[in-house]
Amino acid sequence: MTKPADFPPPFRAADYVAAPSDPPDERIEVGILIVGAGPAGLACAIRLGQLLEDAPEIRDRLGEVPVAVLEKGKQAGSHLLSGAVVNPRALRRLFKGRKRIDEMPFYGPVENESVYFLTKQNALRIPAPPTMKNDGNYVASLSRLGRWLAEQAEEAGAMLLPETAAEKLLVSDGRARGVRTGDKGRGRDGEPLANFEPGSDLVAKVTVLAEGTQGHLTGVALDRFGLAGESPQVWALGVKEVWKIKRPLDRVIHTMGWPLRPGAKYREFGGSFIYPLGEDMLTLGMVVGLDYRDVELSVHDLLQELKTHPLVRGLLDGGERVEWGAKTIPEGGFLALPKQLHAPGLLICGDGAGLVNVPALKGIHYAIESGSLAAEAAFAALQRGQTPATPGALSVYDEALKRSFVWKDLYEVRNMRPAFGRGFWLGGALAGAMTATKGRFPRRDLELERDVDVELIRTDRAMDFPAPDGKLTFDKLSSVFASGNKTRDDQPNHIVIRRDVPQDIAQLWERLCPAQVYEATEKGVDVTPSNCVQCGAITAKGGRLTPPEGGSGPEYTLT
Amino acid sequence: MKIAVCVKQVPEGNSRIDPGTKRLDRSGAGALNGFDANAVEEALRLRDATGEGEVVLVSLGPAKAQDVLRKTLAMGADRAVHVSDETAGGSDLVATSYALAKALEREGADLILFGQQAADSDGAVLWAAVADRLRLPVVSQAAELTHAGGKLTIKRQTEFGYDLIEAPLPAVVAVSDAINEPRYPSLKGIMGAKSKPQETLSLAELEIEPERAGEPGSRTEVYALSDPPARADSRKIDDDGNAAQAILDFLAEKRLV
Amino acid sequence: MSMLVFLEHHGDELLKGSLGVLSKAVALGSADVAGVVMGFGVRPLAEQAAKCGAVKVYVADDARLEAPLPQPRVDVLARLIREKGIETVLFGNSVLAADVAAGLAARLEAGLNWDLADLVRQDDRFVGKRPALQDSVHVDVGWKSEPRIALFRSGSFDPVETGGSADTEDVTVALEDFSTSARMVDQAHEEGEGPSIEDAAVIVAGGRGLGGPENFTLVEELAKALGGAVGATRAVVDAGWYPYSTQVGQTGKTVSPKLYIACGISGAIQHKVGMQSSGVIVAINKDPNAPIFEFSDLGVVGDVHEVVPKLTELVKARKGS
Repeated sequence: MTKPADFPPPFRAADYVAAPSDPPDERIEVGILIVGAGPAGLACAIRLGQLLEDAPEIRDRLGEVPVAVLEKGKQAGSHLLSGAVVNPRALRRLFKGRKRIDEMPFYGPVENESVYFLTKQNALRIPAPPTMKNDGNYVASLSRLGRWLAEQAEEAGAMLLPETAAEKLLVSDGRARGVRTGDKGRGRDGEPLANFEPGSDLVAKVTVLAEGTQGHLTGVALDRFGLAGESPQVWALGVKEVWKIKRPLDRVIHTMGWPLRPGAKYREFGGSFIYPLGEDMLTLGMVVGLDYRDVELSVHDLLQELKTHPLVRGLLDGGERVEWGAKTIPEGGFLALPKQLHAPGLLICGDGAGLVNVPALKGIHYAIESGSLAAEAAFAALQRGQTPATPGALSVYDEALKRSFVWKDLYEVRNMRPAFGRGFWLGGALAGAMTATKGRFPRRDLELERDVDVELIRTDRAMDFPAPDGKLTFDKLSSVFASGNKTRDDQPNHIVIRRDVPQDIAQLWERLCPAQVYEATEKGVDVTPSNCVQCGAITAKGGRLTPPEGGSGPEYTLT
Repeated sequence: MKIAVCVKQVPEGNSRIDPGTKRLDRSGAGALNGFDANAVEEALRLRDATGEGEVVLVSLGPAKAQDVLRKTLAMGADRAVHVSDETAGGSDLVATSYALAKALEREGADLILFGQQAADSDGAVLWAAVADRLRLPVVSQAAELTHAGGKLTIKRQTEFGYDLIEAPLPAVVAVSDAINEPRYPSLKGIMGAKSKPQETLSLAELEIEPERAGEPGSRTEVYALSDPPARADSRKIDDDGNAAQAILDFLAEKRLV
Repeated sequence: MSMLVFLEHHGDELLKGSLGVLSKAVALGSADVAGVVMGFGVRPLAEQAAKCGAVKVYVADDARLEAPLPQPRVDVLARLIREKGIETVLFGNSVLAADVAAGLAARLEAGLNWDLADLVRQDDRFVGKRPALQDSVHVDVGWKSEPRIALFRSGSFDPVETGGSADTEDVTVALEDFSTSARMVDQAHEEGEGPSIEDAAVIVAGGRGLGGPENFTLVEELAKALGGAVGATRAVVDAGWYPYSTQVGQTGKTVSPKLYIACGISGAIQHKVGMQSSGVIVAINKDPNAPIFEFSDLGVVGDVHEVVPKLTELVKARKGS
């Protein structure tokens, strides 16, 4: 049977690397450029602001705009999506002496939690796996947290530049020099429209890539600077909704089992989360590894199916869906980390680097910590009078990461995700052993297989997906609407993908994409790019997402 | 020529009405009212055509409206005046037009531009009320606007086609979305916006009496929210060859043919 | 309970929208319903107003009112309303009417509720019904004082002829300087090729179910027969079948014609939000589960290629053309 790796997209990372080309007086210069206003990028900006506050000479050297943060969404938070239960550790360190946790926009501490194993009709309560205990953690909307972090970053002196996509990595003399921003005002075939505005070269002393999952320039940089590790990265796709509810939910819930199939041949790894957002809202989502094999699987539809379970239906009874969204999560963990996360003039943080603890479902505090450490490394390089672009100047970043709790946590759980490639039951047993031995078992690290190399199978899984009723269950198009997406229709296609593919691949993509971007036709696959919510799933399974015009895509507020 | 453009921040994404206050929930991301972008673009073109003059943005709204003013300054406007006051919340047309007129009076612009409607309230009424208070000529639905020697020539789009109207400056004009294609701000523009002058004024600073603002200053009120009337029993039929006739009969019954 | 209805005209006919509002005023049960006509040589229009139930028609006949400009009308109306102590003033929406109603609200410091779909009496007060947020919710609105000004969505009411006659009264035309400083150089006179999609009372729209761009002629023919405009969905505009200017929906235009006929359109929400407040929605689609059937008034499960041409013939025959 076929696999997506047989039909790679016509994408060349080298096309997205360039030397600065704008004449020097048109080039825009900033001190430190951060790509991505997510938790990693904003933590970096905030930490830099703190450090520069006490170092006016260095701040002066950084010019009129010492710290700039680019964001491709309309505002910080527009493209942020997670569960989320956040470990406050990194935020405490970042805001030590300045802000308390109760001043941050959380929905309260986790008071109770339950884990269930679901069958079609039942919910069996099981003890929470030790990696999943959430005492001392807080429930959050990442989008909302992002907006708050953006305010802090601006107060700390950073300049936020929303609606701006970073399209190319500027490199010269083997050093990262900044980015070239994307053009605006192009038509469907790339032709300039009446209000065409070309992108600009934005050069900086240090470029920090904090683009999140499937970061465009992160992928380009790993290629250009040869940073990729031995093991490939693998991803999961999360699709979630936010609901207004009648009766408050009093605890954090995780489920495993149904509607995913446990047999090893399906490779359906994942589960769901249901978190209370205050008294009158909750958020629920389905997360599934993209190494699944069945052409007919659709994570969006699995979420819809999940809602028909008596446990879940009961929680949503009388409620109303208010938002929907989707995003991938890097799941390779420690084994999939790049060889190093710095290059001359360049630092890589957060989900873009793959700093996610899958068994604990945590990545936000690692993102924040890595952003903080990146700021400290950049600052240190500036202080010593070195140019940060000198090879080795930024190696302090990797050193600091390796000494931090980020590294320790990720190392301990490094083999859990690969274990589940063997199916739920065996995987669970292996995971148990890993926890008990704090990661010393197994002796030899397991291997990760690329999502695109997974051989496809076909079942009739789609038959069981519920028909959308518009009240409890919803179709993809109305969900795209609920993400706030109203991207203009005549933009160029930002998805690089082979169009003439066999039916199995076309249908895989059609089902895979939560936003109904792909449609299987007799000739292969059709693409409706304006539906895209930039989740990144397609990149994991045979296409390549690149950033569309700045300001496009979803407008998340509560995800 | 000094051109004042009245801009409004409207909620981004899918709007909700807060069932408690019965007002629009403005806590989400804010965006420039799309139609106002046409007005800003037209102002910039007029200024750039003569090579001199000033484009001032005037906005009435809560503190969050700052974001939109900054983004609009990034398009190339010269400065912004933001009238922000808690007591202005819940203002209807009478109260809003009064406050806006006061702010515009203070500016003394030669030309005052509006976009053709507000996306959140779908009102096409603000400029005529403001013009009356300022005692200035007003022309709306401008699909084309030219200026020569203190006089404007406007092509107004109506249900019956295009009128050609002349008006002396100073004047108030509401532009339609057909008039131009608003520019994207350049990165330089976005970065330079922060250093452009932005003034925030309270109602007191505009000498607006408290009883003329907010709910006390309004002459209309909101009672309740309700669901729109459900569509009367809808019918669904299969075509057995007679569907066309069935449709015609239905239309005739509804007096639509 | 005095009511005054602003009666707009074009050529020598009162606009159907104005007459509809007049009929509504009469239906509200007020015995004291007056209309006002303003222009030059407009006296004969009073008769048309009387036919729809006005018991009195105020006439402002002056060369300075000939051009359909708003501000002179505000001057005349403000004076009339003050003089006669009129409590409620009603307008049917148009480019002119909106400007007049708004200018009047400022002049009289009077409450204006616009975009109303209806007006009712509840206990002792008037309550306007206003669709909001792309017609997903209705807001009940009111006035705190008199005079009340109400601006109705165009086409909200149909004129009802009750027959009858009315007294006419000439009104003083005293104009402010600033009101007459704008000048009509050339008034619109082109009739055009049919209504634009924003103003059309009837829209026939086509979607992917048409099968191909060449089948848009079916839609065009039906639109022509009904005197309406042609609309299109995002999908077919994306595919290049029809121009973007006709796109109805979230990223296209929002329309609310009296009749919307959806041919081969599935009814995804992106399209729905652009046309859901249409008066009557007829949908023709092969797929019995298409979402559009959930919000159409008449749904036909059938082949557009068969139903639409037949319907066009029947419409033409009925119209006698």
